[in-house]
Amino acid sequence: MPRILVIDDEPQIRKFMRISLVANGYEVIEAENGAQGIEAARSQVPDLLILDLGLPDLDGQEVISAVREDSDVPIIILSVRAQELDKVEALDRGANDYVVKPFGVAELMARVRAVLRPRAVKGSDEVVKTGDVCIDLARRVVTRGGEDLHLSKKEWELLEFFARSPDYVLTHKEILKAVWGPAHTDDTAYLRVYVNQLRQKLEVDPAQPLLLVTEPGVGYRLKRRD
Amino acid sequence: MNDDRDDRPSPEALLAEAQREGRGRLKIFLGAAPGVGKTYAMLEAAHERMRESVDVVAGVVETHGRKETGALLKGVDTLAPRMVEYRDKTFREMDLDALLKRRPKIALVDELAHTNIPGSRHVKRWQDVEELLAAGIDVYSTLNIQHLDSINDIVEQISGVKVRETIPDSVLSTADEIELIDLPPEDLIKRLEEGKVYVPEQARRAVHSFFSLGNLTALREMALRHAAERVDRQMVDYMRAHAIPGPWPARERVLVCIDAGVDADRLVRFAKRAAERRGAAWVAVTVETSQAHALTDAEKNRIDAAMRLAAQLGGDSATLQGDNVADAVVGFARDRNCTQIVVGRARKAGWFGRVGKSVTESLIDKAGDFTVVLVGGDENEKPKPSAPLPKPQTGWRVWLGYAFALVAAAAATGVCLLIDLYLPIANISVTYLLAVMIVAMKSGLRAGIMASVLSFLSFNFLFTEPRYTFAIADIHNITTVVFFLLAAVIVSNLAARLRTQVEATRESARRTTNLYDFGRKITAAATLDDVLWAVVHHVATTIHGKSLVLMPGEAGLYIAAGYPPEDQIDDKSAGAADWAWTHGNLAGRGSATLPTANWLFLPLTTGRGPVGVLGVQMMEDADMPSPTQLRLLETLADQAAVAIERTTLVADVETARVATERERLRAALLSSLSHDLRTPLVSIMGAATTLGSYDEKLEAEGRQDLIQTIQDEAERLNRFVQNLLDMTKMGSGALKPRVDWVDLGDVVSAAVKRTERLARRHTIRIEIAPEMPLLCLDAILMEQVFFNLLDNACKYAPPGTPIKVWAIKTAKHIAIEVADQGPGIPPEDREKVFDMFYRIDQADSQTAGTGLGLAICRGIVEAHGGSIHVEPGLHGIGTCIVIHLPLPPELSLDGAGTA
Repeated sequence: MPRILVIDDEPQIRKFMRISLVANGYEVIEAENGAQGIEAARSQVPDLLILDLGLPDLDGQEVISAVREDSDVPIIILSVRAQELDKVEALDRGANDYVVKPFGVAELMARVRAVLRPRAVKGSDEVVKTGDVCIDLARRVVTRGGEDLHLSKKEWELLEFFARSPDYVLTHKEILKAVWGPAHTDDTAYLRVYVNQLRQKLEVDPAQPLLLVTEPGVGYRLKRRD
Repeated sequence: MNDDRDDRPSPEALLAEAQREGRGRLKIFLGAAPGVGKTYAMLEAAHERMRESVDVVAGVVETHGRKETGALLKGVDTLAPRMVEYRDKTFREMDLDALLKRRPKIALVDELAHTNIPGSRHVKRWQDVEELLAAGIDVYSTLNIQHLDSINDIVEQISGVKVRETIPDSVLSTADEIELIDLPPEDLIKRLEEGKVYVPEQARRAVHSFFSLGNLTALREMALRHAAERVDRQMVDYMRAHAIPGPWPARERVLVCIDAGVDADRLVRFAKRAAERRGAAWVAVTVETSQAHALTDAEKNRIDAAMRLAAQLGGDSATLQGDNVADAVVGFARDRNCTQIVVGRARKAGWFGRVGKSVTESLIDKAGDFTVVLVGGDENEKPKPSAPLPKPQTGWRVWLGYAFALVAAAAATGVCLLIDLYLPIANISVTYLLAVMIVAMKSGLRAGIMASVLSFLSFNFLFTEPRYTFAIADIHNITTVVFFLLAAVIVSNLAARLRTQVEATRESARRTTNLYDFGRKITAAATLDDVLWAVVHHVATTIHGKSLVLMPGEAGLYIAAGYPPEDQIDDKSAGAADWAWTHGNLAGRGSATLPTANWLFLPLTTGRGPVGVLGVQMMEDADMPSPTQLRLLETLADQAAVAIERTTLVADVETARVATERERLRAALLSSLSHDLRTPLVSIMGAATTLGSYDEKLEAEGRQDLIQTIQDEAERLNRFVQNLLDMTKMGSGALKPRVDWVDLGDVVSAAVKRTERLARRHTIRIEIAPEMPLLCLDAILMEQVFFNLLDNACKYAPPGTPIKVWAIKTAKHIAIEVADQGPGIPPEDREKVFDMFYRIDQADSQTAGTGLGLAICRGIVEAHGGSIHVEPGLHGIGTCIVIHLPLPPELSLDGAGTA
């Protein structure tokens, strides 16, 4: 039974999260401030952290950094719309995903499930399937509806980076650094162009993408669809 | 000055005259009380007409048994009265129909205010008279003043008698002619006592209280005043209709003549008081004659000061040109319809008074129908003699003049010698005269005299017999030298005068240009700072020195502007500034007050009071500006004061407007908060408590419904809060787009995704042109724009209709349209919908918005340098919101694929 640490200062929010998480078969530990949270993360070894960015004692960012010092535990942050930059910073500091407050429980659960799935594809024999697209990382082959797709080198590198973290939100910076190199972390235009090209090849309707979705102001996510 | 003079007959007056044509003329014999002899006078007049063989018929004339009256009536053709039976009594009434049929030239109808016996055609006799007039019959009638409607109550107050028979004032005021029958009250009382006045039986008791001396005097005054007013009006009408130049007493206007006398200020104040007492307008006038240049600076200053004072006290002012002061003033007075001319007492000296008749005297001669008021001056204040001789030239110019005289005399001699050689002429001296005149003209009197002496000597020595001696043989040569000298004096005087005039004209042109420039600068200045800057800059350059403007602050005067910029002034100067501020007078360097200060201060004053102080400092510590400069400065200061006041007034108005707007927004925000925040909360609470209390009794479907309600309303609340947050950010200026390269499609679909739950019953179609480039936008903010637009579309468009987002790139901009097929927005609201808290009234307001969405859209789009507006949808159906965004910069993707 996966153990989830919820760090939030609002008792009402903790309460309804606990109820719904327990109902979905998770074990829940609660912490009402940053210090308690860091302590619990070390002592109780949770499988997932749900962290509110606005805490009374510590900045949520510091909590992420503190936890990341000695743990790779997945972290989902809770933020409000006004905190676009905080959100990106949190992701760049090592958080894995985010949910915007106020949120529906269904949305939270989907994130929790996604993050708890076996993470990055380490082995080269992995195949990632989403919709009618099949990405064979070992053979470096992409098919759609069984037909081979021809990708340029950059397109492949980009898609491969997405495929190695399916369902995770990836920030612009993260992607640019990995695919184009550390010198190009601000060249978002590159990314837009290539994401567009990939969508033309992968999506049924490139104007309303279902697989390679935009996270406004943050980055992209490759959604695994059945 | 003749621009507002109107010599044409006024159209209204002509029209009124024309309306009277074809109508009979009404003449009223107006009296103060019964017994003054109106009927008698009317009959006398009738006899007079009859003697001119005019057809006169007496419609009705009451003799009241008076013998004299009865005798007069005998000679007049009298119409038989109409006998009317009323309540068993027989009354005699005028037979209107018979009179109309008879059609005399003039009908006599006594007692205009009479009330007809019931059953007659008209209630009142004056209405009968109207009919007669309309039929083209002239009518003579009589009237006592107490019957006039408007003074009925006054009459009652005075006499204690309620007069029931009244006529409208218009009858009297439209009468063509009024003859006042006046009898002194004492005589009337005497006549009453002698029984010569008819008094009806029923009024006999009141008679003595009514016919008291006080009552009669009051009534007489009323009658006299009415008649006088009428005459006035008639005269004005007549004069207007015939374009006779004034004065028309329509509205009083006082004119005050300003000259260089020391009491000019007093005259202005006198005129102001005189005008105020009469509730009249007033105008101060000064006349610039061709000799104005001869005025001393002190005199010019006095005139300027008086004219300024007039303007400050609320009078008009005008400067007239003309050589004859009296003519100019009277002409102006006639143009402006002035009634009274105020002028200083006659003086022999000064430009306003001359040798012979003084200006004041000739003004009185020419004033004719104007009232001329002479205001005495103070005997001790002797005006300074004016018209000084042109200033003698100084320094090297004098020597240059002498040298020129020498050269000219020599040249003339040379020419004479040449002429003498070839064509001996007797009057060779004319050449010398020419030389003298040229020298006098160019170099002034002294050089001219010298030239004439030299010329005479040369002429005498070389050309008169005996030649080569200075001996004067005959009287002829004496005359020559006298003429030379005379010519020199006259020409040099004329020339000097001309020079002064030219100089004056140049100076005045300079001043005008300067003022014009200044006026233009300060008119263009919108804010107080701009005005102050323009003022100090202009003043500093005008005087070639420094200038400051001090304005009142919380801790006294502070330096509001300076050129060159100045932070502080010495204590003495500060004291001078304060003095100038409190006393509204010059103070500081070179003036009469605190003359040792470093700065000279001029008050900045408008009609409302002081607005500040202008400080000036001449370059290199030159003491004071010259009188001319000072005069210019004072004018500049006046203009500056008005401009400063204007901007502060504008600022006040602006502050008030902003305050009102803020108040409106606050009210709107409050009502919005209380409504929009509470409504979803009510639903949430209701649904939640229902679930809590009746959970087991609810059907599964009902439970689901309630849960859905809670969810929907919570989301609605969330959207509202988001809007408020965005609005707050926008209001605090924190809304700065963080632009980055984005794909418009991405932004739109993100917004579409957020509206998924709202748009359950609509289909959203996105059409983005394939050639759409990446845009430089804040993705989050623009997503909010599209979300708000789609949210609106879902709210207003009927379910099942499509919503379309359409974007193309044109040569000028990126055009994006969000179109729905809802009810559309009426043209008058298309701009207002972008105002905060503006909502279109819906018949049923089930989907009313917050009134913030579009305001936020506009804020965001404009922050991106774009524009947003409403157009009717395709074929006039629905609403189409059009967004224009600037084209993105050229994007270079070098290395995107290779790095």
